[in-house]
Amino acid sequence: MAKITFIEHNGTEHSVDGDNGMSVMEVAVKNMVPGIDADCGGACACATCHVYLQGEWAEKLGERSEMEEDMLDFAFDVKDSSRLSCQIRVSDDIDGLVVRVPEKQF
Amino acid sequence: MTAQAIETDVVIVGAGPCGLFAIFELGLLDLKCHVVDILDKPGGQCAELYPEKPIYDIPALPIVTGQDLTNRLLEQAAPFNPQYHYNQMVTTLKKLPDESFELETDGGMKFHCKVVVIAAGGGSFQPKKPPMPGIEDYEGTSVFYSVKRMEDFRGKDILIVGGGDSALDWVINLQPLANSMTLLHRRDEFRAAPDSVNKMRELVAGGQMKLHIGQVTALHGDGKILSGATVKGKDGEFDIACNTMLPFFGLTMKLGPVADWGLNLEENLIPVDTEKFSTSERGIFAIGDINHYPGKLKLILSGFHEAALMAQEAFRIINPGERLLFQYTTSSSNLQKKLGVA
Repeated sequence: MAKITFIEHNGTEHSVDGDNGMSVMEVAVKNMVPGIDADCGGACACATCHVYLQGEWAEKLGERSEMEEDMLDFAFDVKDSSRLSCQIRVSDDIDGLVVRVPEKQF
Repeated sequence: MTAQAIETDVVIVGAGPCGLFAIFELGLLDLKCHVVDILDKPGGQCAELYPEKPIYDIPALPIVTGQDLTNRLLEQAAPFNPQYHYNQMVTTLKKLPDESFELETDGGMKFHCKVVVIAAGGGSFQPKKPPMPGIEDYEGTSVFYSVKRMEDFRGKDILIVGGGDSALDWVINLQPLANSMTLLHRRDEFRAAPDSVNKMRELVAGGQMKLHIGQVTALHGDGKILSGATVKGKDGEFDIACNTMLPFFGLTMKLGPVADWGLNLEENLIPVDTEKFSTSERGIFAIGDINHYPGKLKLILSGFHEAALMAQEAFRIINPGERLLFQYTTSSSNLQKKLGVA
């Protein structure tokens, strides 16, 4: 299990628990975190669950698969800390993860 | 110029899995269908979002890809000779005094029918618009999300944004017409076909176009015609001069014109009853992801069930007073003849 904090564009924080094996996107949707649209339902096919890893997490979880890298071409304002949250698996190792949600998932 | 209306029993809006299965269920009841879809191919989300991804919850198909499911549904619908109309969106839907319907598409087609089935899923696929302040002011004059007529781009200073096939194809096709051509992408790797990428790199090497790596952060112009765009690159911000911009960031789903058809809507979904899957308007049905009722699950299999029940009521509307005999495909020689297997 891992505690995950989502920070909305306006600064509102949502700290929620995620079960191991879920994706960070699923954790967000299950807890109704605004700003994670996840149009495709987690198929890495739409880039509407874009998040920015905060602080040290950018380095720890910064590696993206080729498919995710391709899909990020469809996101707006991509940064080094950008990830698609459907591609991050919850495990004990990511306990305390903090991500920022972009203003719009266009 | 208005085209002559095509006469048919049913128009299905959307060629996704539920729309395709509706052809089959309606076909068993001798109802003829025309199907309209905004994409250039059948399958809806299955084909556009996840053609290669396996689906595990289709009854009796333990594993099937989105494309394979689409192909099988097309095969199943084929005996009923449905007519498909791609690359167009149904824009208007009007009820006529005799309770029939008239539909028009943005491709200039017109249909006249007795029943309309809205199987539009998450809505129509439309190009993603970069969320940049003021971009709407330039849409249609300087910012375009598709190319309708290449000639309109002759002599322009064009900035194309993106790294997929659409972006690269239009770079290559419009470069000979353009006064100047610039391609902007967020990284120096491209998803597009390698052949197109090679052609683009040759044009850059030959000085016929420019390639920049970065992302657009702001637009400049007089509020109608662009003069340039500010781009954030690895080494800071810079400006690219252009009077035309073509952003290619893929597609997103929008409810679109369905919202203007006078139907009751709840949070962009169409409420229906669970007996006939009828909307608030008699003769207009909604099946699949676009409808809502207590307990609704957005599953393809739910849409299949909805299609079967919808077809029963569609038959009654089209053939008032006629008795509908319930038959099984396993035993009815009548149904088997329609399917071409008897």
